[in-house]
Amino acid sequence: MSGISRRKLITTGLGTAAGASGLALAARLAARYGLIPPDSGVLYGAGETLTYAAQRLLTRHSMAREFSHSEISKEPFANEVAPLGAEFQRLQQGSFAEWRLVVDGMVARPGSFPLAEIKSFPRSSQITFVACEEGWSYIAEWIGTPLSHILDAAGALPQVRYVVYRSVQPDWWESIDMADALHPQTLVTYGMNGGELPVGFGGPLRLRVPRQLGYKSVKYITRLTATDNLKHFGKGLGSASPEGGYAWYAGI
Amino acid sequence: MSSRSAAPVHSGAAMGAISPTADAVAGRGSARARASAEGQPRHAALVRITHWLIALSFLALLVTGAEILLSHPRFYWGETGNVNMRPLFRLPVPSSRDMVPTGYGYVLPDANGWSRYLHFEAAWVAVLTGFAYLLFGLFQGHFRRNLFPTFSDLSPKRLATTLASHLRFRRPGAEEAWTYNVVQRLTYLIVVFVLFPLIIWTGLALSPTVEGAFPAAVEILGGRQSARTLHFFVTILLVLFVLIHIVMVSRAGFRKRVGAMITGRVFQSKEKA
Repeated sequence: MSGISRRKLITTGLGTAAGASGLALAARLAARYGLIPPDSGVLYGAGETLTYAAQRLLTRHSMAREFSHSEISKEPFANEVAPLGAEFQRLQQGSFAEWRLVVDGMVARPGSFPLAEIKSFPRSSQITFVACEEGWSYIAEWIGTPLSHILDAAGALPQVRYVVYRSVQPDWWESIDMADALHPQTLVTYGMNGGELPVGFGGPLRLRVPRQLGYKSVKYITRLTATDNLKHFGKGLGSASPEGGYAWYAGI
Repeated sequence: MSSRSAAPVHSGAAMGAISPTADAVAGRGSARARASAEGQPRHAALVRITHWLIALSFLALLVTGAEILLSHPRFYWGETGNVNMRPLFRLPVPSSRDMVPTGYGYVLPDANGWSRYLHFEAAWVAVLTGFAYLLFGLFQGHFRRNLFPTFSDLSPKRLATTLASHLRFRRPGAEEAWTYNVVQRLTYLIVVFVLFPLIIWTGLALSPTVEGAFPAAVEILGGRQSARTLHFFVTILLVLFVLIHIVMVSRAGFRKRVGAMITGRVFQSKEKA
């Protein structure tokens, strides 16, 4: 009996040791290949890490579903936003001609692009849906230029791992990894359903990330920052969402 | 080696390795043979562990799912749906978001953040546990021995008798302490092989990344909002199952049956059979 117990003890011990070192190795490999989300350390971070790692391994290059013109929602909906401030109103009165998108961080040519210049970049459009974490959704045509083109234009360095984006809305900033930042459907949009992008839907500039929930598609973007590390932004959780209790990765 | 350190290791081994094997041996002789009270557990260790893990994760999924639903207690059919569109139906409850017209003059506290985190974490626990259970059921004969009904069980007369005694919530006899009757078997099979896969499928269909990678998985269901509505309906069926399950366990002797699902042993009880 004690012989069996001892053998069991040894095998269990070896098994546990192998399991633990296997996990440690897996964690190191996962970090090496960008499979750990920045909010992995929060209370329910383990589930988030599994989701993010699984989707980055299996669906890294997947495309968001696209729809036909006839499927565009006749009744789109946008949550109301807090008043955007006097400066926004001043720019709005000037038809946003003075709106600029700052690009900084790990780029060879930091600077800012006026709205008109962004509109002169290669044009891309998609009919995709905005799905809110609350459960509602609509389909619209989004017109803009790929984020990857703007990153190229600013000369993003090869070691960039995340793009942080900010809005005129205070305390609303987000970030995405390069799988989404360089994704052909990730657009800096200025048009919707064949016209200008209405202010209610994020005009003059909204970053559309169609493979994630609506809250990652931040309205009124003013600044992009390329970085290799999110630790120094806010509380180091990747974006304002985890600071407010929501997951950083919203591809679910 | 002190007996204190040996004891947990041994019990760990009994839970993990010995009992399923013993269970399989018991089943090989005759599928319906009553296991003897000494040694053979009523439920294999893996069945017991996965039962409680699933129970725990289901509770977490249900509570957090309800919280998430409160932010938009309206359902639609098709690809899209929002407050500007006609719902298929709406639940008569207040919402945690002020833009949803509910008819109530107040808004509930918003609990979506932690609910979403926990919903997906509990979903991982449920799916991984379910996968372990599936492998066990397939390769250790659990499905064949304990869940698949025999041919004679499926005769209309036998089915009708068992169903009638269920509908009257009749207490099962002592012979049922060691096996499942045909209605139980069919119900568990439906839960394991129909409802569980459906709840996972309709849930994954709501993931923007997954639906991009597997668009057919959403289109077959009728669209993203249809998938959300179906996710709700399947939840209702699962909740109904859990409620009936708890009632039936109570009728059969709550402490005895729950005890068997925890320890694996069937206690000779003083409850009237």
